[in-house]
Amino acid sequence: MELFNSESKKIINDPINVNNPISLQVLGICSALAVTIRLDQAIIMTLAVIFVLCSSNVILSLIRDYIPSRVRIVIMLSVIASLVSVVDELLQAYLYDMSKQLSVFVGLIITNCIIMGRAEAFALKNGPSKAFLDGLGNGLGYGMIIIIVSFFRELFGAGTITLPDGGAGYVLFSIPEAWYAAGYENIGLLVLSPGAFFILGLVIWTQREIFGIEEGE
Amino acid sequence: MNFLKKILAESGKLFEEGKPLSFAYPLWEATDTILLSTNSQNKSGPHIRDNMDIKRTMFFVVIALIPCYLFGAYNIGYLHSAAMGVPSSILSDFILGMTYVLPILIVTFIAGAICEITFAVIRKHEINEGFLVSCALIPLTMPPDIPLWQLFMGTCFGIIIGKEIFGGVGTNVFNPALTARAFMYFAFPTKISGEKVWAVGPDGYTGATALSIPANPTEYDTATNLFNQVTQFDFSTLNLFWGLIPGSIGETNKLLILLGGLFLIYCGIASWRIMIASVLGLVFTAGLFNLLADYSTNAMLTITPLQHILIGSFLFGTVFMASEPVTSTHTNKGRWIYGFMIGLLTVIIRSVNPAYPEGVMLAILIMNMFAPLIDYYIVKSNINMRLSRNA
Repeated sequence: MELFNSESKKIINDPINVNNPISLQVLGICSALAVTIRLDQAIIMTLAVIFVLCSSNVILSLIRDYIPSRVRIVIMLSVIASLVSVVDELLQAYLYDMSKQLSVFVGLIITNCIIMGRAEAFALKNGPSKAFLDGLGNGLGYGMIIIIVSFFRELFGAGTITLPDGGAGYVLFSIPEAWYAAGYENIGLLVLSPGAFFILGLVIWTQREIFGIEEGE
Repeated sequence: MNFLKKILAESGKLFEEGKPLSFAYPLWEATDTILLSTNSQNKSGPHIRDNMDIKRTMFFVVIALIPCYLFGAYNIGYLHSAAMGVPSSILSDFILGMTYVLPILIVTFIAGAICEITFAVIRKHEINEGFLVSCALIPLTMPPDIPLWQLFMGTCFGIIIGKEIFGGVGTNVFNPALTARAFMYFAFPTKISGEKVWAVGPDGYTGATALSIPANPTEYDTATNLFNQVTQFDFSTLNLFWGLIPGSIGETNKLLILLGGLFLIYCGIASWRIMIASVLGLVFTAGLFNLLADYSTNAMLTITPLQHILIGSFLFGTVFMASEPVTSTHTNKGRWIYGFMIGLLTVIIRSVNPAYPEGVMLAILIMNMFAPLIDYYIVKSNINMRLSRNA
C-alpha cells in the first residue's frame, strides 16, 4: 500500500479538520479542560495521547481477528491501560516536574473517549497501517485544539507562554511589568475551568464557521 | 418632519439591494425607525393592534433607569467630597459624578453597538433595540472606578456570549447585562467582587461596603452591632434606603428603584408577580436564618429581612433584571416559583458563602437557566390535568 495516497491523506486530515474529535465530535472534553492551563502541559499531554492512540490502534488492529466481540471492551481497556502505564512511568523517569503537574490526568488518558472510540470505530475494522494513520490524525486533531485553548488560557489568564524543557518549563514570553503598572490585569476567569469552556466554545464556533458545518438534526 | 423624511428616503436608495452600500442596510434601517415610526406591517398572524412594539418597550425601560443614573452620579460626587472633607454643593457633586458616569456609559454603548451592528450586518437582520437596554443596565451595575478597557471586554462578552450566540434579542437564555457583570466579576475579581469600597476617593481611601461588614466580623457578633460600629459611612436603615452609601452606580437609592419598578409595572413591561415573589423568598429565607442564628457563629445569619432588602443590589436586580420578560418564566405560576427561588438563593449565597458577598447576580443567572424548565413542567401539568378531567 502506498503510504501517502489520497485515502491515507484523508484519514489523517479529516480528524484534524472536518471531523475533529474535540471540536466536532465533542469527545475528550475532560482532559481538554484539565490540562490546558499551561501551554507546556498541553504539549506534553498531546505527545502522550498521540503515542497511546497510535500504539493502541496498531496493536488492536493486529490482533483484531483474534478478539471475540463479546469481550472486546475488556481487551481494548487492558491494552490501553498498559500503554498509559508505560507513558506514566516514562514521564516520571525523564520529566518528573511535568509528571507532577499533570498528576492524575496522565492516568486518566485511559478514560479519554477518543482512544476507546477510535479503537472501536476504526482499529478493529482496518489494517495496522491505516489504523496508525487514523491514530496519528486523531491525536493531532486533539492536540491542535488543546494547544490553541492552552495558548489563550495561559497568555490571558497567567500572562506567560511556557514551553516544555524537561524541568519546570521555559518561559518564552511573559507580559512586561510595565503593562501591569499601566493597569493591565490578567483575566482570572481563564484560569478556572469555565474559562476553558468559553475558549473551547469559541474555537468550536470558529472551526464550524470555517468548514461551513451546520448542526444536523 | 417632511425634511427628515426626504433625506432618509433619498439616502435609503443607496442602501437598497445591489447598491454599493447595501451591506450597511441595517444601519440605515435603524436610523430610519428611530427617527420616524416603522412602516412595516405583519403579513401573517398574530395581528396585534398596539403601538407597544419592541422599540417602545425597550425605550420605557431606559426611561425608568434615568433617575438611577442621575442619583448615581450625585452619589459618587457626594461620597467623594465627604471623603475629602471639603464642602460642596449638589450641583458640583453631580458634575464630579458625571465625569465618572459618562465615560462608563459611552464605552458601554460603543462596545454594545459594535457587537450588535457587526452581527446585524453578518446575519442580515435589522439592528435590534434590545442592546440599548442591556447597555443602559450594565453601567448601573458597575463600580464607579472600573477600568474602561475591562468594561469594554465585559460588555462585548455580555452581548455576544449572553445574547448573540443564542440568536439575538428575544431568544437569549441569560440576561446579557448580568452575563457581562458575571464575566467581569470572575475575570477581574480585584475590581468588582464587592468586598472593597466602591467610592471614588483620594488615593488609598478604603472602607467596607454594607455587604462585606457582616462577612468579616471581628469582635461584634450580630450584624446590627456591626453596622453601628461603622463611623465612616452612615449605615442606618434610613440611609440604606436613601442610598448615600458606596456601591454600584445605580443600586444605592431604593426609592428611585421602586419608582422605576412601579413605572414598568404600570406600563405592563415587568412582572409584578416576580418582584413580589422574590421579596417573599428573601423574607422567608432571611427570617429562617434569623431563627437559626443562635446556633451559629456566622454573623450574616443575624441580618434581618429588611436589612437584606436594603443592602446590596437586591432591589435593583429584582426590579430591572429578574422581571425582564425574555429570560424569566412566562407562566404566572412559574413567575411565583422563579421569583421565590431568586430571593431564596440570594440570601443563601450572601449568608452561607463568604467568598461571594453579593448573591443577587448569581441567583438571577441560576434561575434564568431554570426558567424554561419551570415553564415546561407547569404547561405539562396543566395538559395532564385537563386530560384527566376529560378522560
